[in-house]
Amino acid sequence: MSDHEYTPKSKVGKWFNDRLPLLTLANHLTDYPTPKNLNYWWTFGGILTFCLITQIITGIVLGMHYVAHADLAFQSVEHIMRDVNYGWLIRYVHANGASMFFLAVYIHIFRSLYYGSYKSPREVIWIIGMLIYFLMMATAFMGYVLPWGQMSFWGATVITNLFSAIPLVGESITNWLWGGYSVDNPTLTRFFSLHYLFPFLILGLVVLHIWALHVPGNNNPIGIDIKKPSKDTVPFHPYIVIKDAFALLIFLLIFAFFVFFSPNILGHADNYIEANPLVTPAHIVPEWYLLPFYAILRSVPDKLLGVIAMFAAIFVLVILPWLDTSKVRSTVFRPIYKQFYWFLVADVLILGYVGAMPAEGLYLLIARVATAYYFAHFLIILPFLGFKEKTTPIPLSITEPVLGGSADLAMARNNSGLKEKL
Amino acid sequence: MSDSEKKKPNRRDFIVTATTAAGAVGVGAVVWPLVDQMNPDASVKALASTEVDISAVEPGQSITVLWRGKPVFIKRRTQDEIDSARAVDLSELKHPEKDEDRAKNPEWLVMLGVCTHLGCVPLNDKGDYGAWFCPCHGSHYDTSGRIRKGPAPTNMEVPKYEFVNSNTIKIG
Amino acid sequence: MKIFLKLTFLFIIISSLTLSRVNAAGEQQELLKVDWSFKSFFGKFDRASLQRGYQVYTEVCASCHSLKHLSYRNLAEKGGPEFTELEAKAIASNFEVTDGPNSDGEMFERPAKLSDKFVMPYANVQEAIAANGGAYPPDMSVLVKARKGGANYIYSVLMGYDEPPAGMELDDGVYYNKYMYGNKIKMSSPLDDDIVEYADGTKATVDQMAKDVTTFLQWTAEPHLETRHKLGFRVIIYLSVLTVLVYFSMKKIWSRVETKV
Repeated sequence: MSDHEYTPKSKVGKWFNDRLPLLTLANHLTDYPTPKNLNYWWTFGGILTFCLITQIITGIVLGMHYVAHADLAFQSVEHIMRDVNYGWLIRYVHANGASMFFLAVYIHIFRSLYYGSYKSPREVIWIIGMLIYFLMMATAFMGYVLPWGQMSFWGATVITNLFSAIPLVGESITNWLWGGYSVDNPTLTRFFSLHYLFPFLILGLVVLHIWALHVPGNNNPIGIDIKKPSKDTVPFHPYIVIKDAFALLIFLLIFAFFVFFSPNILGHADNYIEANPLVTPAHIVPEWYLLPFYAILRSVPDKLLGVIAMFAAIFVLVILPWLDTSKVRSTVFRPIYKQFYWFLVADVLILGYVGAMPAEGLYLLIARVATAYYFAHFLIILPFLGFKEKTTPIPLSITEPVLGGSADLAMARNNSGLKEKL
Repeated sequence: MSDSEKKKPNRRDFIVTATTAAGAVGVGAVVWPLVDQMNPDASVKALASTEVDISAVEPGQSITVLWRGKPVFIKRRTQDEIDSARAVDLSELKHPEKDEDRAKNPEWLVMLGVCTHLGCVPLNDKGDYGAWFCPCHGSHYDTSGRIRKGPAPTNMEVPKYEFVNSNTIKIG
Repeated sequence: MKIFLKLTFLFIIISSLTLSRVNAAGEQQELLKVDWSFKSFFGKFDRASLQRGYQVYTEVCASCHSLKHLSYRNLAEKGGPEFTELEAKAIASNFEVTDGPNSDGEMFERPAKLSDKFVMPYANVQEAIAANGGAYPPDMSVLVKARKGGANYIYSVLMGYDEPPAGMELDDGVYYNKYMYGNKIKMSSPLDDDIVEYADGTKATVDQMAKDVTTFLQWTAEPHLETRHKLGFRVIIYLSVLTVLVYFSMKKIWSRVETKV
């Protein structure tokens, strides 16, 4: 992987490294040449790694005290909150950690969209990333079921009923998912088992994600290919490590604020009511990070088509590298796409907003328009724009400005320069 | 350039070292809750004591009750058993303890029924001393629950207990 | 630091989404707001209020509402009403719990101990529903966290009994409440001036009792609130210091290459 051959200095190190090249790997990771113009939007990869590890550690701890049984789950969560030493802290970190994890992953995804990090030769990194995102949603959903509150129960009921939309076999599939004729104890125990398993699958995919990244190397704000190592790059350690650490600390400050001073604001009050199969809460809403997809699901009047639309909204992201026909990676040099990028951001935020609102009247209309625009962005605007858009001149390297740069470019470089300073 | 680089290392080293040290303190502080959560929790600690009715126990009989998840032997000893326990010369014992200290009321012996070798439960009325014998690795205990033969290092433990009245013992 | 402005902006959007979700729940009257001592960064419970609140709970609420996740020992724990251990033991011994089976295989009654859970007013949910005209009096252990608006909501409902507006028909055993969802409640106004007699001489007005019992219920829902605030403050201080240190380390390290961070 590394461009230069690495030989450990000590005899023991060399003996070991000849048998298992762990030291070569460590050396590759520390020396890994990274573009030096990466801005702070690039620190979220490190933050996400931190989030995953935090969720796994706190989750394993919670698993030591939690009881996966319909009669005991709620009580065991209260036991964790009241009696277990630091149990309240560990549970609040885990619960808010899920939200922070999604916050970071959305920033990470939108960074990739802005700078074209999904484009050749990084398509595989992007697809693995989407798999991770999909598994994250599944894991978070099943985790939310475990406290066995009202939202847990009815959220599980609604989401598993999505599969009943499948013609002919729908009912068999839902019964199979439930292990019965409704969401009940067998559902809870299997969700617990899978909720424990999935994070380790994610961890495996993260290793592949990073591996796939280290083949072509990082994209960068200008989006041009750079020689590595060169004067355009810095070694990962200590430069990127310390920068990631700084960003992580800012992130942790926000995280700590939620955990210690408003630990329940991102959750839903109804989930502190024990699950009751006889009473549905007045408003069933998923956690905030799933709201855009929930809005898409509800915007389609047909049951089956709604489910298809929701899954298509994720699938369209998977094939994105082939939908975007533009040869230029960074939005910095794509003045028209830049407008549409921010339209998309606004569109997703609007979808999230209407996802939290009742599906009726004006909200439903907005949801339908926003859903249509979402698909139009990926399926019509992006492919078309790639052929039509006139991009601004691109510099030859990070350090060397283009010969005879235009005013547009000066502005563009100014922009990315600004970002570097942040 | 070379001048400033010569000066720089000291200051850079200082701030980086301070940062690393402060970070290490934080990691240490994070580890503690993760370790402490495995200690007995508040609800477990609260279940410290249990009361046992002993009115139905005849001399020579022994009952076993559960306290903190472990068996507790409560034996009403016969006069022979008391005498044999008290007649032992302390120098013969691997873990010298007077029977008087182990059984405040000589008729009643209360102890954790856990072999001090590796935690098995010894059998009653067995072994070379006619008292307890641990089947796992062959430890023999006498009528005072003291180790006499075999691999166990110490006598069976006497928990904190008191007579609430003549019919009730409170353990813990 | 433009990025942090942007991040803050993102947070405002997300929190406003969360808040709008709360508001979307129904067009209901704005809740009464109380300046609770347990709010804010250094918020702590008013110890005397917690003890009075416990008194209101036992004498008024406990005949219908359970507190099944609490144990009597909690009353003596730090950060709570902090009764002395003797007082808590005395409180516990007023209640009878079923224990057993004994050596004869029979269940028996004995006075409650500190390790016992709070005794429940009804044996099961069905009995509770049957005894209350078809409405289940919810368990109060985490009630404050289970209602949007939290402590303010509980306080508002206690204060919200009023004459129904003209034209509103109420069935027997249904009462009008300004702040309850749907404005109909099956619990009659539980508080009346001087229905409890406070040992510390505080005048037992409806407002006082409502505040005390709400404070108590906030504690039952969040027994570690004080520890959380205290620890949180230390964590924020520590993280801020470390952030500054890391920032200067970063500047130092990046000064070796000419690119700015």
